[in-house]
Amino acid sequence: MQQVFKRPISLKDVQTHFCPGCHHGTIHRLIAEAMDEFGVQHRTIGVASVGCSVFLYGYFDIDVVEAPHGRASAVATGVKRARPDCFVFTYQGDGDLAAIGTAEIIHAANRGEDITVFFVNNTTYGMTGGQMAPTTLVGQKTSTSPYGRNQGKDGAPIRMAELLTQLDGVAFSARVAVNSPRNLMDAKKQIKKAVRYQVEGKGFSFIEALSACPTNWGMSPLQANERVGTEMSDYYKLGVFKNVENL
Amino acid sequence: MAKRLFVKGNEAVAMAAIEAGCRYYFGYPITPQSDIPEYLSRELPKLGGEFIQAESEIASINMLLGASATGVRAMTSSSGPGISLKQEGISYMAGSELPGVIVDIARSGPGLGGIDASQADYFQAVKGGGHGGYHIVVLAPCSVQEMYDLTMLAFDLADIYRMPAMVLADSVVGQMKEPLVLHARPETVLPPKDWAVRGKGNGEQRVVKSLFLGDGELEAHNWKLHAKYGVLKERESRWEEFQTTDAELLVTAFGSAARIAKTAIMMVREEGLKVGLLRPITLFPFPEKAYATLTERCKKVLDIELNTGQMIEDVRLSVARDAEVLFYGRPPGAGSLPTPEELYSQIKKYY
Repeated sequence: MQQVFKRPISLKDVQTHFCPGCHHGTIHRLIAEAMDEFGVQHRTIGVASVGCSVFLYGYFDIDVVEAPHGRASAVATGVKRARPDCFVFTYQGDGDLAAIGTAEIIHAANRGEDITVFFVNNTTYGMTGGQMAPTTLVGQKTSTSPYGRNQGKDGAPIRMAELLTQLDGVAFSARVAVNSPRNLMDAKKQIKKAVRYQVEGKGFSFIEALSACPTNWGMSPLQANERVGTEMSDYYKLGVFKNVENL
Repeated sequence: MAKRLFVKGNEAVAMAAIEAGCRYYFGYPITPQSDIPEYLSRELPKLGGEFIQAESEIASINMLLGASATGVRAMTSSSGPGISLKQEGISYMAGSELPGVIVDIARSGPGLGGIDASQADYFQAVKGGGHGGYHIVVLAPCSVQEMYDLTMLAFDLADIYRMPAMVLADSVVGQMKEPLVLHARPETVLPPKDWAVRGKGNGEQRVVKSLFLGDGELEAHNWKLHAKYGVLKERESRWEEFQTTDAELLVTAFGSAARIAKTAIMMVREEGLKVGLLRPITLFPFPEKAYATLTERCKKVLDIELNTGQMIEDVRLSVARDAEVLFYGRPPGAGSLPTPEELYSQIKKYY
């Protein structure tokens, strides 16, 4: 019998702590598959951020540095400058990257650091219990926006994948989702491109992955999955926004 | 005779970093330390190193964290307000047991304060300025030569003890020019960096982190750090004694204040007053034993600082129980740097 599906070698054979219906595990897997494909596991240094994503080192079988909240892109800058031969990526949530770490991501991107940033947008602070994030949709109720996000007071949700395209240092920027087989296959393709950019030394690459957070959204996994494809994708359009080398 | 250079203290720091094998610098401009990034931005690229002027102090300390995690020697420098911003990263480095050198050419505060020489960063340097309870090595040079020597020592201590090390000086020591004798990096046996992340290769995964959630893990980690501070105290306490043998009044001061105090002591000695100087070179570990030993005989200590009294807390904890600790200080600001004559009259007053 032929084995047609197996665990990527870049992932450990362990169960994750993620809630049922969360997309982190799927996104982890796609990144691991891309790393396997380019054969970079042995020379990869991952930078974990603060939030549900901090346990990166528990799931990826790679060297990992843990960064303070929001600082992953700065930490990755130091790592990559010191070890230019390594494949260096950060994995950051929306509170981490688009709020407290805004300065770090903008400037790492602007310098065109040869790193890959995986940005997981689930419109909420997951680990701290579902507070309003910079990406929370207008009207969305969270534990700190009990009346719904008010654009007049809280501003509109930030579209990072589009925003970063304004910077010359960014070589690749795309937004993906893993809520349907079709989106998942496309996500896999874009994640591979993002990895390829760095492997070929072609500059800063950025993937924004929409993710469900059923626990903090107060939804069932199915409802949450559906929200990614409807309300979330309506505001956060999927697509490739920058691809300077046409990979 | 060895060749002497006439350079600024800040330049000596930069030269020492290069001699110590540091090839990675991350920083942000702030007076009065900008000579350090300026020097290194010129020299590091020639040596195949990396210089980044970061978007903030926060970013630069985190770049240092990242570079250090890969096992290379790296540094950052700043002045008080910038060091405050770096405290988050310093806490993470301490928690992750990462070496790295941080230079604080202190300026006066609080807030924007001014750019005059100040020793009011003693607390934020020595007492673990960030969250969570930790210490870092703190070295206090008082001359351009010591800026060079202690910067190299900072790299070695950071590597040996796997912790951040700070060189704490101020604009007097950083900006003044003095003769400097260059010398090679001392030969020190350094432990292998078998914890550094470089890509796992065919080996086991390595993780540099400060998160410990398992039952009892974090407590054990904190006790481990605490034990390390005890070893440091035992092995690495450094201080200078000047005319202490017969002293009836012991002046204590560090860094630039010690320089001024020394001149004042030479003045009173000419008049026959038996006054000596105890100058801590390591502020952490604080040379407690030197104080305990000297105050077994000499019962009067005059602590002089360029602030309203910070190191005095450690002095009081270290002296013999029956010793009296007096204080003279000037909070920093334009025109507040004491002259030797001023300290001379203070010493005479308390003698």
